Amino acid sequence: MATLTMAKALNAGLRRALEADPKVVVAGEDVGKLGGVFRVTEGLQKDFGEHRVIDSPLAESGIVGTAVGMALRGYRPVCEIQFDGFVYPAFDQIVSQVSRLHYRSRGLLKMPIVIRIPYGGGIGAVEHHSESPEAYFCHTAGLKVVTCSNPVDAYWMIQQAVASDDPIIFFEPKRRYHERTEVDESVAPAPLHSARVVRSGTDVTLIAYGPVVKTCLDAAEAAAEEGHDLEVIDLRTLSPLDMAVVVESVQKTGRVVTVHEAQLNLGLGAELAARITEQCFYSLEAPVLRVAGFDIPYPPSRVEEDYLPDLDRVLDMVDHSLAY
Amino acid sequence: MSDASGASGEVELVQLLTPEGERLEHPEYSFSGDDEQIKGFYRDMVLTRRLDAEATALQRQGELGLWASCLGQEAAQVGSGRALGKRDFVFPTYREHGVAWCLGVDPVHLLGLFRGVDLGGWDSQKYRFHLYTIVIGAQMLHATGYAMGVERDGLVGTGDPDRDMAVVGYFGDGATSQGDVNEAFIFASSYNAPIVFFCQNNQWAISEPIERQSRIPLYRRASGFGFPGVRVDGNDVLAVYAATTAALERARSGSGPSLIEAYTYRMGAHTTSDDPTKYRLADELEHWRLKDPIERVKAYLTRSGRGEEAFFADVETEASEMAADLRSRTLALPDPHMLEFFDYVYAEQTPHLEEQKASYAEYLATFEGAEPVEEPRHAEPAYGGGI
Repeated sequence: MATLTMAKALNAGLRRALEADPKVVVAGEDVGKLGGVFRVTEGLQKDFGEHRVIDSPLAESGIVGTAVGMALRGYRPVCEIQFDGFVYPAFDQIVSQVSRLHYRSRGLLKMPIVIRIPYGGGIGAVEHHSESPEAYFCHTAGLKVVTCSNPVDAYWMIQQAVASDDPIIFFEPKRRYHERTEVDESVAPAPLHSARVVRSGTDVTLIAYGPVVKTCLDAAEAAAEEGHDLEVIDLRTLSPLDMAVVVESVQKTGRVVTVHEAQLNLGLGAELAARITEQCFYSLEAPVLRVAGFDIPYPPSRVEEDYLPDLDRVLDMVDHSLAY
Repeated sequence: MSDASGASGEVELVQLLTPEGERLEHPEYSFSGDDEQIKGFYRDMVLTRRLDAEATALQRQGELGLWASCLGQEAAQVGSGRALGKRDFVFPTYREHGVAWCLGVDPVHLLGLFRGVDLGGWDSQKYRFHLYTIVIGAQMLHATGYAMGVERDGLVGTGDPDRDMAVVGYFGDGATSQGDVNEAFIFASSYNAPIVFFCQNNQWAISEPIERQSRIPLYRRASGFGFPGVRVDGNDVLAVYAATTAALERARSGSGPSLIEAYTYRMGAHTTSDDPTKYRLADELEHWRLKDPIERVKAYLTRSGRGEEAFFADVETEASEMAADLRSRTLALPDPHMLEFFDYVYAEQTPHLEEQKASYAEYLATFEGAEPVEEPRHAEPAYGGGI
């Protein structure tokens, strides 16, 4: 058992994946000698060589497009996009090629590609370094989208993603990279595409993922002092959604608040609200309410704490839910 | 000559067979095959043109939604396609019908895509011919990544002709403006990937002339990326074959990428939806008609006494039979069933999509006299092209 940060846990998971299958390759900008700007790939090139841990030219479409070719040749590429806001040059390759080749070939061609994207705000960064673009990818058929919220999940989910024969967009909450927990390798992981109740409660269900899971757990602690017992779900898988866990929770609590950093409009919260309404209509005591980033481009970092959903905004929305 | 960009030097064009059918010598490139091989090229080009014409006719009759004709580009496609070794792998655009023919892809697959029964119905690994890519230039990165994989597999530079392999990426003049093509050049150059960048410069990107894409001859772009480039007469099947053979050998031996610019002309419309009379002159078409890739081979074979009348007549007969067969099999292609497509999205199906499929099947079943929902997939037709 080791105590690891999320960055180290991802590093350890990638190392396991590289060890387990010689066809696994890692590619991206600065992933080699430097070990990535967040050091997630630190030491991997030294141990697995330049042929398997590849410093790419500065071209995101090129990174993903060549990964498609390598996948067609039988490799399992793990691409790193350096920051969330830099994924857009690769958008065409992801949406028009990666997501469709299995479909276009009627299953003859597989695209076992993982695209890792550090995402989200809260680190005082300049523009294009704090975005939450997950909804674009969840909207795209043929992709699967996951995100980890803690080192244990990071360690296992990255290995499960690499083992998947479907393309996985793997979002890493960069402001949680340095939070640490014990990672016990002897405890078997949950399936990749499963949500988890991370705090059990009876009054309101908070549905969160990635960086705001911790925010919601803190909010639940605070609510408990006021006598409200909140349940917190860590979605983990954004596409496909694991609705079974959500439905069971909503049938118990009857009240839901979704929380994400991404903009409100057509975000994950909207899809959750629609599905919960369809599947849990008679259990609901209140409409599904959403806490999200505002519908503005990410603001300058001096005001990002006001933009990001925080404990107070979550509790405020919980109060609104309970008021119905 | 000095062109408008200020780039100086003579624009070189490798030509081994003139439009009049005369063989030429070239200091660097030569065609060492015999006349039987040239007759084979002739047959390939005639059959390619015939299948292309049949597809165009089928589109006009409403049997295909669209067709992208390769009329006029037969030498560029057959010359390069026939230069491929048994292990080389091709990434096409959506117009490489002649290359597909050379690799034995049944043309009914190509027509099926344009008929709308599938999105590319052939086994790309079996034919070493990737599915058609419609997004301009996107396949060049796939080709480069595949070549990077080949290099990692240790199948480059071993000196064993049964092991070494290379990749050919096809693209057009318009695609040279795409970021993906330029990124492919950079990645291939940086990693010394075993790839041949094969550009068919057919002078037109729908309505935009080559001058809109480049101020210098395209083959010269290669030097800026750090690998050699050559312009060949794209209507000269011998020159294309010779240049592609050399480029493939270079790639297989571990000497890295190179660019071939096959200088040719799109004799037809961009696709059947296009009307080239709106943007180009009939004179230009006439000028290029005199450089026809098939006529010059016929002239050569006739002149050299190798092409007896019976040979040309046999090829014509074969072309007609092939076209009739292609037509009947295209018309017989069954439409797929919508429900199939839910199964192809993921390697590991998701519960959500399974539910959506089931829900749609239930909906279909509510119609009176509804057909059974699971349609069998059509088997691959037993017709093989090429050879």
